[in-house]
Amino acid sequence: MRDADFFRRWMAAAAASVEREADRLTELDSPIGDADHGSNLRRGFAAVAAALEAEPVSAAPGPVLQLAGRTLISTVGGASGPLYGTLLRRTGKALGASAEVSDAELRAALSEGVGAVAQLGGAVPGDKTMLDALEPGVAALGTSYRAAASAAENGALATVPMRARKGRASYLGERSVGHQDPGATSSALLLAALADVAESADAR
Amino acid sequence: MVGVVLVSHSARVAEAVAELARELAAGGPVAPVAAAGGTAVGGLGTSAERIVAAAREVDRGAGVALLADLGSSVLTVKALLMEDELPQGSRLLDAPFVEGAVAAVVTASTGAPLAAVEAAAAEAYTYRKT
Repeated sequence: MRDADFFRRWMAAAAASVEREADRLTELDSPIGDADHGSNLRRGFAAVAAALEAEPVSAAPGPVLQLAGRTLISTVGGASGPLYGTLLRRTGKALGASAEVSDAELRAALSEGVGAVAQLGGAVPGDKTMLDALEPGVAALGTSYRAAASAAENGALATVPMRARKGRASYLGERSVGHQDPGATSSALLLAALADVAESADAR
Repeated sequence: MVGVVLVSHSARVAEAVAELARELAAGGPVAPVAAAGGTAVGGLGTSAERIVAAAREVDRGAGVALLADLGSSVLTVKALLMEDELPQGSRLLDAPFVEGAVAAVVTASTGAPLAAVEAAAAEAYTYRKT
């Protein structure tokens, strides 16, 4: 079972990973986006870490993710804010108020979260968006957290030959081909952080 | 009256379009219009806080019509609507930003209900320029 502390550690690990990779995310966002993905997410996840520290009372996983999602929507300033915010908020809502959730419940909740992202952005797999990492990643959660992280990473790599059909990159048409999607890359970081935290929790 | 919120990546775009719409609606009472452009720190982008504050500012109880320009402007308004964080009766209009804003503010200023404001703004899409 996973408690609120597990989800706090996930968000902290995600914040640390985004901080570490911010320059790479921004580099990926330079040829096909507006070169702010890394700095936007760094600001957003730093705010998430601060918000969770300032409000250490929520003893349930759901509210932790909902607070993180709300914070991202308020602070990111770019499209990844409402998208990741909706992912976490909807996942948190699906987890409800239980003090502990099973891996199966987390899997089902994340699927709902990914569904909400797809609905919000109107994207489908193959559009060269974060969904290209999130969908295979969450689908592989049934195997293991590490498998989910690998599937998301492969999903991000698979965006390289795609032509963008959503967002700013879609205006570039063929010129968007040959670049890895920054949103899919940050989605893979998020699932890698989850796998790290799950493995360290299970090793104890 | 229905209130109108203009959400743009750029504070100057949102304010300029608000000013244009207000001037074209002048001649009688003008519906409340608020601009929610740029990030909270003055950069290009979208601020959820600014959008929520603008919607509350123009809410007179008859509904709030929101128009958005690009990417995160649209997505942030939709995310806020999904979570019921905007005043009751808030709606994102599917309309071109400038033309839709003028149509919405002129229509709202006649005292028309939200559905009529929405229809007027959406109709701006049907006017072809070539």
